[in-house]
Amino acid sequence: MRNVNQTNNATAVATVKPRLLFWQNIGRKWFKFSRNALSVIGLIIVIAIVISAIFAAWIALYPEHAGPFVDFDNAGQPPSLQHLFGTDNFGRDILSRIIFAFRGAMIMAIVVLALAVPPGVLLGLIAGYFHNTWIDTVIMRITDIFLGVPPLILALAIASVLEPNLMNAMIAVTVMWWPWYTRLVYGMASSISNEYFVIAAELTGASKFHIIFREILPNCLSPIFTKMALDVGWVILIGASLSFVGLGEQPPTPALGQMVSDGARYMPTFWWMTVFPALAIVLAILGFNLTGDGIRDMLETRMG
Amino acid sequence: MVPGDPARLALGPRAPAEVVERLRQEMYLDKPLPVQYYYWIKGVFSGDFGRSLVTKRPVLEDIKEYLPATMELAIFAGILMAIFAILLGTLAARFRDTWIDGLIRIMSYFGVAIPAFVVAVIFMMVFGYFWPVLPALGRLSPGMTPPATITGMLTFDSLIQGNFATFWDAFKHLILPAVALSLGGLFQEARITRSSMVDNMHKDFLAAERGYGIPERVIMFKYLLKPSLIPTASVMGLDFASLLGNAFLVEMIFNWPGISRYGISAMLHKDLNAISAVIIIFGAVFVVVNIIVDIIVAFLDPRIRLSTAKGT
Repeated sequence: MRNVNQTNNATAVATVKPRLLFWQNIGRKWFKFSRNALSVIGLIIVIAIVISAIFAAWIALYPEHAGPFVDFDNAGQPPSLQHLFGTDNFGRDILSRIIFAFRGAMIMAIVVLALAVPPGVLLGLIAGYFHNTWIDTVIMRITDIFLGVPPLILALAIASVLEPNLMNAMIAVTVMWWPWYTRLVYGMASSISNEYFVIAAELTGASKFHIIFREILPNCLSPIFTKMALDVGWVILIGASLSFVGLGEQPPTPALGQMVSDGARYMPTFWWMTVFPALAIVLAILGFNLTGDGIRDMLETRMG
Repeated sequence: MVPGDPARLALGPRAPAEVVERLRQEMYLDKPLPVQYYYWIKGVFSGDFGRSLVTKRPVLEDIKEYLPATMELAIFAGILMAIFAILLGTLAARFRDTWIDGLIRIMSYFGVAIPAFVVAVIFMMVFGYFWPVLPALGRLSPGMTPPATITGMLTFDSLIQGNFATFWDAFKHLILPAVALSLGGLFQEARITRSSMVDNMHKDFLAAERGYGIPERVIMFKYLLKPSLIPTASVMGLDFASLLGNAFLVEMIFNWPGISRYGISAMLHKDLNAISAVIIIFGAVFVVVNIIVDIIVAFLDPRIRLSTAKGT
């Protein structure tokens, strides 16, 4: 684990710019972001996915197909003008189901990050500020235990002992997600806490609360935001993996991984049942990755 | 804590209540949680993971049977990942800002974004139905007799015993799942190798070597590649972890009789003893891989090696 810690520290040193705030020079940052064609393509994909997730009921041509709907007369239709991506074995429109599945994927990404980031960051800040004390040891060793199991396996295991549904899939992914933020913030916070402005604040009698949240936290924000942007794609990936095994959203509600695994049973005749949901997963992850890369370049952070 | 009574799950709904009660006592389920945990830990340290509720056998026996298949797959995928990542990364760095670099860059964007299970399903469709040049299911063709078990890894065992027909068959069965597993990490590492090599290209020690008139090819592979592989090796440890995670889905798709497929079926049946054993095994494998990565990094970076030697 030594090398990982070292890169983290090196990263932190490179990113420390006293009082760098996320919203500073936002116009110039946007200019930088928009210069990179790939980032802009990524952002367009992201916006399209978010819009279709929010307005799924209006955008999808057959919104009722995202539920317990059966129309065996139209089952297994190949892609056509009526059904751009074809229909599945129950005669449901695949495109409409994908649009509704994006909604579940986005909800999952937002909820997981909203639940995992604050405690992860808080623990990282505390462990980093009190580094080389018993507080550091306790927090970071617990983090190490969570990081010691390959992430997907941990999520699968947690999801499997709970009832399979979207809620519990989100809980499982959240439990495996926070330690990554703790480790990221720990590396930065422990080196920032040796900076002169922190020592100055300590000498003027600032409270620990003030130092952690007003002096250290603002300097960690850029890498945190960058990681969050990149992580949306990864949460969608893990969510799709869980639902592929049957540990996510339950049918008839559509989920991307579940659609791929359902379609795999009807290969190769109904190939569109598998290929289009698979493409949707790839497109979503690609979009969020490209956007995240753009944000990283824009904020000049290096994630190690 | 967990819904469902494991003893009841094990015996089925029609078992008489006193039998279930006896099993509950045998499994220490009537004791408080810390006591249960104590018995479990005690068992783990003596190699006893309890009995699987699904296969009705000791979990340790199941693991012995299934682990080698997964290790074979993971090792092969890891080797593929390392070789092609370094190859593609070096190519991209050598021909940087040409179409080769651009192509590898585009491939890497997609390679990272395509989940392993999607690759596996697509492979299944292409090689299983449309273009059956490679076997897509299991570890050996039907009718092939597996070699006598030494390590349990079929390719290795058959090679040692000089059974080349079996080796070739087992090897062909390895290719699709291993490629599906390695793609994601492969391209990520290729990108890292490339950027690390490009960063190092303008270092003074390379200018000195060019000054001595050492051919560019030798500089590239002998002097530039080695220090540039340090970040690649570090990421490889993490990628190997996600490879082990993805093995859970890929083994299921390719019907690969490994510990991950066993783990998935344990998870879907809430077979707690098997689940916790599988997780412990993967945690242990992950730790070992990290140690190996640290050793490789120390080998690549003399500064780390020497600083440890001095005991600082």
